[in-house]
Amino acid sequence: MSKKIGDVILDLQNISLRFGGVKALTDISFDVREHEIRAIIGPNGAGKSSMLNVINGVYHPQEGVIIFRGRERKKMEPHHAATQGIARTFQNIALFKGMSVLDNIMTGRITRMKASFVEHALWLGRARREELEHRKKVEEVIDFLEIQHIRRTPVGRLPYGLQKRVELGRALAAEPSMLLLDEPMAGMNVEEKQDMCRFILDVNDQFGTTIVLIEHDMGVVMDISDRVVVLDYGKKIGDGLPDDVKNNPDVITAYLGVSH
Amino acid sequence: MIYREAGQFKTSYAADQQLFPIRQDRIGVLIVLAVAFLAIPAVASEYWFSAILIPFLIFSLAALGLNILTGYAGQLSLGSAAFMAVGAYAAYNFQLRIEGIPILVSFACAGLTAAGVGILFGLPSLWIKGFYLAVATLAAQFFIVWCLTKFPWFSNHSSSGVISAQKIVIFGHEFASPREKYLLVLTLVAVMALAAKNMVRSSTGRAWMAVRDMDVAAEVIGIRLMPTKLLAFAVSSFYCGVAGALYAFCYLGSVEPDGFSLDMSFRILFMIIIGGAGSILGSFLGAAFILLLPIFLDIALPRMAGLLGLPFSNATVSHIQILLFGTLIMFFLIVEPHGLARLWQIGKEKLRLWPFPH
Repeated sequence: MSKKIGDVILDLQNISLRFGGVKALTDISFDVREHEIRAIIGPNGAGKSSMLNVINGVYHPQEGVIIFRGRERKKMEPHHAATQGIARTFQNIALFKGMSVLDNIMTGRITRMKASFVEHALWLGRARREELEHRKKVEEVIDFLEIQHIRRTPVGRLPYGLQKRVELGRALAAEPSMLLLDEPMAGMNVEEKQDMCRFILDVNDQFGTTIVLIEHDMGVVMDISDRVVVLDYGKKIGDGLPDDVKNNPDVITAYLGVSH
Repeated sequence: MIYREAGQFKTSYAADQQLFPIRQDRIGVLIVLAVAFLAIPAVASEYWFSAILIPFLIFSLAALGLNILTGYAGQLSLGSAAFMAVGAYAAYNFQLRIEGIPILVSFACAGLTAAGVGILFGLPSLWIKGFYLAVATLAAQFFIVWCLTKFPWFSNHSSSGVISAQKIVIFGHEFASPREKYLLVLTLVAVMALAAKNMVRSSTGRAWMAVRDMDVAAEVIGIRLMPTKLLAFAVSSFYCGVAGALYAFCYLGSVEPDGFSLDMSFRILFMIIIGGAGSILGSFLGAAFILLLPIFLDIALPRMAGLLGLPFSNATVSHIQILLFGTLIMFFLIVEPHGLARLWQIGKEKLRLWPFPH
């Protein structure tokens, strides 16, 4: 690959997260470099989604330090992550079911729209101008994901694979510098998976977006990611290049079990 | 066949994002407006204005207000009538206590007062959702009506809190006849409906719908829940407040706090359920259904009984009317749970494809 991987932009140090007595994450440290595709893998319940929720501020770890773009992060709300350029998709599709594909993707740009509700009500200059400017950007995303034909369809009526694609579109519309994908290929057939892989690689390649990805399909993970971190029972058991991780005995044990 | 958009090409996003992208819709809306502003004032009788058209428009406005909150922003509320009461009493007091304040300014201030009260009673929405929120907004319903009865200042010390609305004078012209009042109400409702449509088709409305459909995802995208929900409460209460002011000034003339009962809140809620939650048109259709159908049945049933020679007493007819009304509500909700507006939309989609099924 010819792409350039940059410096560390997200550094997680000794993160621990507890829900009451349940330890979701224990003393986890890893980093994400600019422009790379970083995969997080692990068996069910390993704490992968919790990890993403920590990164975009939905969960607040009890211990540990998060450094994003050189600055230590204080307590934050999820919408701060959006304004800092972190977008994400969800494991269970979290689209706005009553809205059209176009409107769903338009909401991705909401932090960039400045007109107030009074301007909207009166449909004054700035409100109208913003709608048009952002529509243009959104149409670029729609073209990129090849979903022109379903622009006006309410997302609730779309098949699963397309919904996943629209959700990616909504995240991309925010023009994030970091994209968190929670199982983007779960429940897809081979063809849909190939499409999704292509989109992820294209996003990474064309826009230079850093991608943090949770995925269960090992073939996909090993093929597209630059580095992989492996979690099991909330602990980190492996970290490195895909090939190294694949041959790590702890990882094999976690995935295949030990023979007794 | 007439309702086709073939040949209407959009060459810019501006053309695609206009209010009514399809030419036939634009013509249709113009016809409706022409009928409402020109034809009806020319032909309708005084009874039509004061008993049917004015209340229909006022309740459409209130339903529109509730639709913004419940249909678009997904916050269930049972306090619409109370916010109307706030608007009515606020407009009365602005007129009474501020010398020479123009009536339209009073109406606007009444809306803003209701918006302020709406924000206050919207605060629970930051912690609770759905039915629990509906119960919390009941507090608004009871508290406001109690407050207006309890403190005589609000009604300028009249007995049992009844207020008599002042005259409506705009630029030296008094709006006294039902026809004039109708035109005033119609103008305000048309302008506010347009403003509502503009809000819901822009990012304000998308933020509301995002919060309605999935608040966690909305927050992650960068929508701040608290301002978004409170804005919905404020705008919704503003609409209800203006509707309340019009209810007092243009419809009844004198109102008492108990008139703005829970029963009225429920009727407004039924209007948006039947008309279509999350639709501007639905607010009007719902208000028409709930208000006009009983009147229609009232007139039509005795005549039909007379025609068929059935020996029904008046009491029987009124019972049949209630039965029929309830049955029709059930029928429409079973045929289309998303309301009359969705039925209308499906009809239009079918027409566009006609004679092909898909």
